[in-house]
Amino acid sequence: MLLPFNCEDIISKIESTLFNLGYMDLLSYQDTPVHRLDSRIKLIVTLCFLLTVISFDRYEISMLIPFIFYPIYIIASANLPVAYLFKKVLYVSPFALMIGIFNPFFDDKIIITVFGIGITGGWVSFFSIMLRFVLTVTTVLALIGCTGFNNICYAMNRLGAPKVFSIQLMFLYRYIFVLAEETARVVRARNLRSFNGKGKGVKIYGAIAGSLLIRTINRAQRIHYAMICRGFNGDIKIFKSNNPGVADIAFFIIWIFLFIVFRIFNVPELIGGSVLRLIQ
Amino acid sequence: MHMADALISPAVGGTMIAASAGLIAYSSKKLKEEIDDKKIPLMGVMGAFIFAAQMINFTIPATGSSGHIGGGLLLAIILGPYAAFLSIASVLMVQALFFADGGLLAIGCNIFNLGFFPCFIVYPFIYKKLIGDSFSKSKIVIVSVLAAIIGLQIGAFSVVLETLASGISALPFGTFVLLMQPIHLAIGFVEGLATAAVVLFIYRSQPELFNVASTTTTGFPYKKAVISMLVLALVTGGMFSWFASAFPDGLEWSMEKVAGSPELESPEHSIYTTMKNLQEKTAFFPDYNFKPSTDAKAAEGDESWPAVNAGTSVAGIVGGFITLMAAVIIGVILKKRKVVESV
Amino acid sequence: MSHHIIQSHGLCYTYPDGNKALREISFLITHGESVAIIGANGAGKSTLLMHLNGHIIPQTGTLRIGDYPVSKETAHHIRRSVGMVFQDSDDQLFMPTVFDDVAFGPLNLDFPHEEVEERVRKTLETVGVLHLINRPTHRLSGGEKRTVAIATVLSMTPDILVMDEPTSSLDPRSRRRLIELLKTFHHTKIIATHDLDMVFDLCERTIIMNEGAIIADGNSSDILNNKELLKKSGLEKPLRLQGCPVCGTEE
Repeated sequence: MLLPFNCEDIISKIESTLFNLGYMDLLSYQDTPVHRLDSRIKLIVTLCFLLTVISFDRYEISMLIPFIFYPIYIIASANLPVAYLFKKVLYVSPFALMIGIFNPFFDDKIIITVFGIGITGGWVSFFSIMLRFVLTVTTVLALIGCTGFNNICYAMNRLGAPKVFSIQLMFLYRYIFVLAEETARVVRARNLRSFNGKGKGVKIYGAIAGSLLIRTINRAQRIHYAMICRGFNGDIKIFKSNNPGVADIAFFIIWIFLFIVFRIFNVPELIGGSVLRLIQ
Repeated sequence: MHMADALISPAVGGTMIAASAGLIAYSSKKLKEEIDDKKIPLMGVMGAFIFAAQMINFTIPATGSSGHIGGGLLLAIILGPYAAFLSIASVLMVQALFFADGGLLAIGCNIFNLGFFPCFIVYPFIYKKLIGDSFSKSKIVIVSVLAAIIGLQIGAFSVVLETLASGISALPFGTFVLLMQPIHLAIGFVEGLATAAVVLFIYRSQPELFNVASTTTTGFPYKKAVISMLVLALVTGGMFSWFASAFPDGLEWSMEKVAGSPELESPEHSIYTTMKNLQEKTAFFPDYNFKPSTDAKAAEGDESWPAVNAGTSVAGIVGGFITLMAAVIIGVILKKRKVVESV
Repeated sequence: MSHHIIQSHGLCYTYPDGNKALREISFLITHGESVAIIGANGAGKSTLLMHLNGHIIPQTGTLRIGDYPVSKETAHHIRRSVGMVFQDSDDQLFMPTVFDDVAFGPLNLDFPHEEVEERVRKTLETVGVLHLINRPTHRLSGGEKRTVAIATVLSMTPDILVMDEPTSSLDPRSRRRLIELLKTFHHTKIIATHDLDMVFDLCERTIIMNEGAIIADGNSSDILNNKELLKKSGLEKPLRLQGCPVCGTEE
């Protein structure tokens, strides 16, 4: 993929990737009531949330707003850093922005008039996209922050994902940290000895990535050996976790109920309507 | 080109998740039959490698920008299609969860666009066919670049189709294609070069690695797979559109509210009409519009505009603001309580 | 107790690329012995260790672990009684959490889940890191990783512990702790290492390998004081047995 970075920024890019991964990982080991919830329940509720949010038509704005309760609840009670998550959302927003910004150009029929000012469908749908974007991205980040990747792997496995898949997901996550640090060291070594862009061409890249790849494959062989030493015979057995408790079920029922309410009733319009009537 | 949740509809997201989950299940089953239990750690570690390798950049001559690898094709070359597919799916999951790079419901789309095409289409039908048994430097470079470009072109086109089918973006088909395809020509070229550079390095230093991997490429029952995926897609698509139509205040209702007529004429772009015909014939998503366009018939009938009257929209804005404030206040209270607890 | 005896006779191994890694290796290690295998890089230590748990099957010569000769058929039994601790703990700790990793072996031995859990707790308590039980593996320090790696092996209750460079890349305090821990084990221990000071603390017997052959086998303090022998095998006397650079005393 093409990146708008200068070569000098690359060092910081690796380090920031590593830092982000590690920080999100660290957040997921906190001990709060939300962290303690069954990971399957959290995964399912998150998926229901996402499904409901994207099920609105493209001109919907007001009905999307109440959904903000869910990520805010998770972020606040799982003690996740708001500013950090917000920065992450901003960081990935260009894609949605890039696609969404075309809407005002192609869809210029006025569909609502507020205080005499007409707003085109394109702008309404653009704001709808951005709102959806913030809601979905925040909630996914909140999920990982309050659950942790490994627990999501376990949850997927218990919800019926093939074992081979969930096991190698766990391996992937386990070795991301090892390999990313290894890579960062190699790239640092390269960048320290590259001048005026020399030494950063595709040929050197092939040598660096290639030798890392070979090292990776050798490591996989050693891991396999380590597994065999401890009785591995093709099937990894996973220690079973407990069944969901009262708190898990309550969390599930309450939020699903709220999602249904938010989906069926236009809560903001109802509130706004009654407030306006009160004022009048 | 990672799809975000904000740009897809439940029907598209659900269908693609079903398709990708089916492929994951199928690949897992295939791998289990292989009995080569060495591949289990190898796949996971290779996924981690791709993740790490994406952080190595190289400068692209004469442009001043830098590129890095996407990984699907390289994984397929090293691991064979089934293991590569699982591996790339895992990489995409980590990216979605930790970096919000692609949505969680859009994960099906992303796995399909960036995993299925390189692993099950490009690798066996283009890369393997063209490379054959003999290796040479120029051949590896040319074939890798070609394969990567084709893979990314199909992937990008798939992004366009999925976005259009979702109907959230108002981008017309032609513009979107013009936006996506040329960018991915460049990206594909870079990806191909990077892949070739790695393949060449390994070919020179440890050629035996290729033999380990590519023993399992034959025997993918394409016909069976395509048919079962179609069935799967139809079933889930049907389910979601049933879900959509079962709720009177679902998609159509709000469309009616916005546009004044539940069924909008499709605009003159032929792709929609073809799509719509196709859709009616196959009952893919019954009365589910591919692209609820506003600039079609509605423009003629002025009385249908604006369907949302000013009163309700003001109420919506006021209420929305109140709701938002309430949510923030609750969040602050929860957070405050937390701090007190921990002190 | 015959089943803890390790007996090698005329063991040879040549890699597919023609590299002769082992030449005529013969030794006998009895129950409860603690043996160091030392030698320069490429002397064949790792290849020998890989034979000890049946990862490599002897090409010529015989190797018996307890009652079983090492062969493809017996490898499964042998791996139960020989616990292998790797040089790089990151290779050994492949599961997401400490608990999962220590439970991996017992689960493969098909113990019921309650027993697995008890074994995990007991083993972690033995090595003194019960507090790490729920920690993710990648969040451990180097010393913790090494300790947990040993626990993953101990949870399978092996009779023989085989260790490859157990003290490499540990800081001095973690190294000291590990040595103290290993001292408490009554297993038969075979340790391949460059850390000759540790050998001095832990092993009463030392085997020196050079270019795939055993060139010395005997009492550790004799061997570690033999300057000529050590020099010949690309080694040096343990620092403790060398002179003091400050007061200038020569040995």
